[in-house]
Amino acid sequence: MLKLEKRPQPSRLWTWAAPLLAVVLTMILGGALFAALGKDPVEAIATIFWQPLFGEHAFYYRPQLLVKGAPLVLIAIGLALGFKAGIWNIGAEGQYIIGALTGAAVGLAFYPLEAWYIFPLMVLAGALGGWLWAMIPALLRVQFGTNEILVSLMLVYVAEQLLAAMALGPMKNPDGYGFPGSRNFQEYPAAHNAELFAGSGMHWGVVAALIAVILAYILLGRHILGYQIRLTGQAPRAARFAGVSPARLVLFCLGASGALAGLAGMFEVSGPAGQVSIDFNVGYGFTAIIVAFLGRLHPVGIALAGLLMALTYIGGEIAQSSLGLPAAAIQLFQGTLLFVLLAVDLLTNYRVRLKTAEAA
Amino acid sequence: MDFGSINPVLLLASLMVAATPILIAALGELVVERTGVLNLGVEGMMITGAICGFATAVNTGSPLIGFIAAAVGGAGLSLLFAFLTQVALANQVASGLGLTLFGLGLSALLGQGYQGIKPPPTGKLDIPLLADIPVLGPILFNHDIMVYAGLALCAAVWAVLKYTRAGLILRAVGENHDAAHALGYKVVRVRMLAIMFGGACAGLGGAYISLIRVPQWTEGMTAGAGWIALALVVFASWKAGRVLLGAWLFGGITVLQLNLQAAGAQLPIPALGWAVILGLAIYGVAKAATKSPMTTKQLWTLGTLFTASLAFALLTQGIRVPFKVEYLSMSPYLITILVLVIMSADKSRAPASLGRIFHASQ
Repeated sequence: MLKLEKRPQPSRLWTWAAPLLAVVLTMILGGALFAALGKDPVEAIATIFWQPLFGEHAFYYRPQLLVKGAPLVLIAIGLALGFKAGIWNIGAEGQYIIGALTGAAVGLAFYPLEAWYIFPLMVLAGALGGWLWAMIPALLRVQFGTNEILVSLMLVYVAEQLLAAMALGPMKNPDGYGFPGSRNFQEYPAAHNAELFAGSGMHWGVVAALIAVILAYILLGRHILGYQIRLTGQAPRAARFAGVSPARLVLFCLGASGALAGLAGMFEVSGPAGQVSIDFNVGYGFTAIIVAFLGRLHPVGIALAGLLMALTYIGGEIAQSSLGLPAAAIQLFQGTLLFVLLAVDLLTNYRVRLKTAEAA
Repeated sequence: MDFGSINPVLLLASLMVAATPILIAALGELVVERTGVLNLGVEGMMITGAICGFATAVNTGSPLIGFIAAAVGGAGLSLLFAFLTQVALANQVASGLGLTLFGLGLSALLGQGYQGIKPPPTGKLDIPLLADIPVLGPILFNHDIMVYAGLALCAAVWAVLKYTRAGLILRAVGENHDAAHALGYKVVRVRMLAIMFGGACAGLGGAYISLIRVPQWTEGMTAGAGWIALALVVFASWKAGRVLLGAWLFGGITVLQLNLQAAGAQLPIPALGWAVILGLAIYGVAKAATKSPMTTKQLWTLGTLFTASLAFALLTQGIRVPFKVEYLSMSPYLITILVLVIMSADKSRAPASLGRIFHASQ
């Protein structure tokens, strides 16, 4: 019989080996899934993980890695702060949408003025919008003790309806021949989140993601607030005795993740997506949860995990067109990754021992 | 707006139908939470049940077999969660979220090729004589069998938890798993069974949406019903009878909202102000009922909000804005939040071991 023995401290080796093992196991499971769908498993896995990086059209796909990875990393960094402290913001998708809407609203309000300050204002508005949307569950939790998981998630559905209302109503392009969707920011230079170097995929969102990684690293490792976050997550009672204010942490963690998700939405709407449309959101807010866990809630880990998830998005698209792999299979693949990771994490916190015969 | 087009009898009858999926799913989750496990994967299990039931019913031509398949599918998916949290001792919140993401992907994959198909119809249980009673007949006695199954399930869960030995063990495990373990109860086994029961219920609830309520299959069709079921358990303070009340409340809001969409409703702005005043009043009464004295600061905040909303209501008297479909569609989610806020004042009823990991060291 196998026996579990709790480790006094999480294993350092397994903390970082577990995600790698999980990725490998998920590839095997995913291969089995693709085989069950009647595709060649090796070819499918190679298409997803190899083609975008080193395949024939890699020059096109490599920049996409940054484009798709940046929002994931931005959102996941914010989520990780809360997750570390046991504050569960799972409504990042909603904050992402609202950030995009507020950012776009500022940009559209200035149309067709060309001025340098428009884009910075949009960035501010996007962060503010996401922050405000996240303040709803934060304030309700602080004031009334309402469960932030449920409230933040309900607000995703509200945000989606709001997005639809905006795309069909106030933000609809007046010159759009009645089609839903706003003006395209790619045709409005002052508000366009363009690539900084042509063909690199590097836009302001990528820069923001890098800054967020660095700031989060400093915050968690060097700042008293980061220490309080970690302490609250590991020993909430001890944290309270040490004078940590739980309310302040809730406001900070939810606020920060909301602002970052809002930023991600704003950079997306003004850059790669280009316009406010009904199907603007593609689930980055939920995938970012997987990214945060896969990256061990550590800023550097998250940056790597974000790139890996971006790879599955891009590779999935290639597999979709070249192998006819259904889009849902990729979604399932990502979900499996989180599952496998959580299971493998057993090795981080527990030692597995062979049970020897015990004297009764 | 033409309120005359809304028929109150039909409204109440469809309320019963709208309440059924969240009622069944919430009852399952209630049992799970009473054993001290928080499974946030209800949405994922519901949508998996929805497609399992739909596909089976379409292929066999029998809705009954469809419902059985949905229950099996939901329970099967919940086994993943059970394995993660009970064997691999993973964090329950993260595992539940994982279950939802996984279930959404799985259902989308399974559901390919089932879009735009009509499922075999489920017959209505026309109870003779009773169904012919005016008003009460159509509301209470003219539904499909699952509506009654949901009500029966509610009574059964209530009775089992309250009066049986099994219910007592289940509650003991949820209140204090270490003590239950010391008494020789199999904590992990009880929880595993409860999680599977919850999965089966969620699956049934999902299949009710795809087979009867809508009835067809679209990706992500449960649209947050699983999360509303989770909220319902909190709303009900972990009591079966109050889950029923809550399900009717949410069912009623959903149906009313759909009816208002059809009737082309307009938003009377003063109503907003009055709604806030009413909400504050309810909050005040609830606060007074719990007998904890309010602090001066709270009183001041309450008073300021009250005055502000009153002023808002009076100032905007007579202004009417046409309601857009999207804004009406938000209402079930907003009401869920409002109800959660009101109910979260009293947390004392939550099972004491809820969400905690159990690991028998010996």
